Amino acid sequence: MLHLGLLALLLAAHFLLPAYHHGNLARVMVLASYALAYNLLFGYTGLLSLGHALFFAAGMYGMGMGVQHLGLGAGAGLILGIGSGAVVSALVAALALRTSGVAFMIVTLMFAQAGFLAILHFGAWTRGDEGFVLAQAGRTLWGMDLSAPGTRYLAALALFSVCLLLSLALVRAPFGRVLVAIRENEERVRMLGYDTQAHRFAAMVASGTMAAAAGAVYGMLFGYVGATFASVQYSILPLLWVLLGGAGTVLGPFIGTLFMFYLIDLGSGLTTAYMLIAGVVLVGLTLFAPQGIMGEVRRRLWRGLP
Amino acid sequence: MSLLSVRGLTRDFDGLRAVDGVDLDLAAGEVRALIGPNGAGKTTLVGMIAGRIAPSRGRVILDGRDITRLPAHRRMRLGMAYTFQITSVFTGLSVAENVWLAARRRVRGAGLAQAVRAALARVGLEGRADQVAGDLAYGHQRLLEIAMGLAQRPRLLILDEPTQGLSEGEIAAFQALVRDLAGEVTILLIEHNMAVVMALAERITVMAGGRILAEGTPPEIHANRAVQAAYLGGDDAADC
Repeated sequence: MLHLGLLALLLAAHFLLPAYHHGNLARVMVLASYALAYNLLFGYTGLLSLGHALFFAAGMYGMGMGVQHLGLGAGAGLILGIGSGAVVSALVAALALRTSGVAFMIVTLMFAQAGFLAILHFGAWTRGDEGFVLAQAGRTLWGMDLSAPGTRYLAALALFSVCLLLSLALVRAPFGRVLVAIRENEERVRMLGYDTQAHRFAAMVASGTMAAAAGAVYGMLFGYVGATFASVQYSILPLLWVLLGGAGTVLGPFIGTLFMFYLIDLGSGLTTAYMLIAGVVLVGLTLFAPQGIMGEVRRRLWRGLP
Repeated sequence: MSLLSVRGLTRDFDGLRAVDGVDLDLAAGEVRALIGPNGAGKTTLVGMIAGRIAPSRGRVILDGRDITRLPAHRRMRLGMAYTFQITSVFTGLSVAENVWLAARRRVRGAGLAQAVRAALARVGLEGRADQVAGDLAYGHQRLLEIAMGLAQRPRLLILDEPTQGLSEGEIAAFQALVRDLAGEVTILLIEHNMAVVMALAERITVMAGGRILAEGTPPEIHANRAVQAAYLGGDDAADC
């Protein structure tokens, strides 16, 4: 109910917000979808990945390269992007899940760095650091121009709705409840007869695929595909958004992304050292609300919050 | 016909032999106690039976099938259940959710809620289904642990020190529960409380220094001099 309320609010915002915030919110919704994907693995399964930029970029480049070099339309490009994310995350999961804890963080980080360097290395096709602007033909889906602010907002909302409702369904399904149990106490779950490794693998592929969908849509809506999105910064960001918003809550990723986005936006209006403001607020939040914004809400006000 | 057979099971930890060539046979429906001083290798032995620890040598056979190489979760699906020595419930989840996780491997759909209720009723926790497991008193957490074992409907139930930290009244309830299960489930019980062992076990296996020191009925073990020397006269004499 709460979640449908948020979606309704976002739909209402489409008609009410001034252009500047309207554009921002479209961006926030796509990034929040990425955060939702990250939350599936980090918040619900308890696996801290430092390499999610690889999956985000797999989606973005799968889509972008398909449109740019294979001449695909927007729909086929999106499918190729999401498919790339599924394949890449399955490969990384198969190897990285042999480790856990700090080793898992390092292995995922290394894979993401390898992906980032590969994008730079194959500059002839990827245009490396500089990136490329997506052709207009690749930004028209079913006759809708996705580069126009109105359709762009609604497309971002559509992506966010799908990711939010999927997350919610997954978390409430038996599969999601087993994931939470794995996060709480893996050994016990194993001794109840569950193949915890298979569950983690599935969670990582689901998370990677959702991140790829966000990456593909991001590239398509904002018309640009670049190596920055594969850099380590884009692996850290979803972690921050989820931590701020509240790991293991369905709404947390959106709240965290929105909060961080406007923190930087408003901070950069005040000073060029806006990351300093962001840093101070982050430190404050981790000190006083270690479970994130929605985590605090759950702890203080509403224990049953999903 | 034995439900569980263990042959020559051995485990070395960096040159230390924790379990040394153990043979063990459990008849179907039997209640077997496994006792021995601290460090005798009891938890390592059942860890190898349950698949938590890989043996250095030896075989584990469940119902005629060699399961030595199966991972723990596959063994559980073949009808084992293991309750932990250190209480290991999901403290962040509700009591019912804990049992639900245990029961779901076996039953799906409509029977599931019924199976959860039945397992909780059997240990007397039916009134606490909605409580968060971490808020339960220690004794109740132990009972929840046992309810999770029961919900799996195992053929072989391994209980690792189930009465540790329980009050007298709770121990009496636990004994009644195990008597109730006898014949229906094969139980391997690691236990320090000798009164519980003597009251419940049909046979007792005594371990010391990684080996089996003696095996027999409670009166036989009680009369065994070697056991008295190694165990009853040892550090744990106060427990008796």
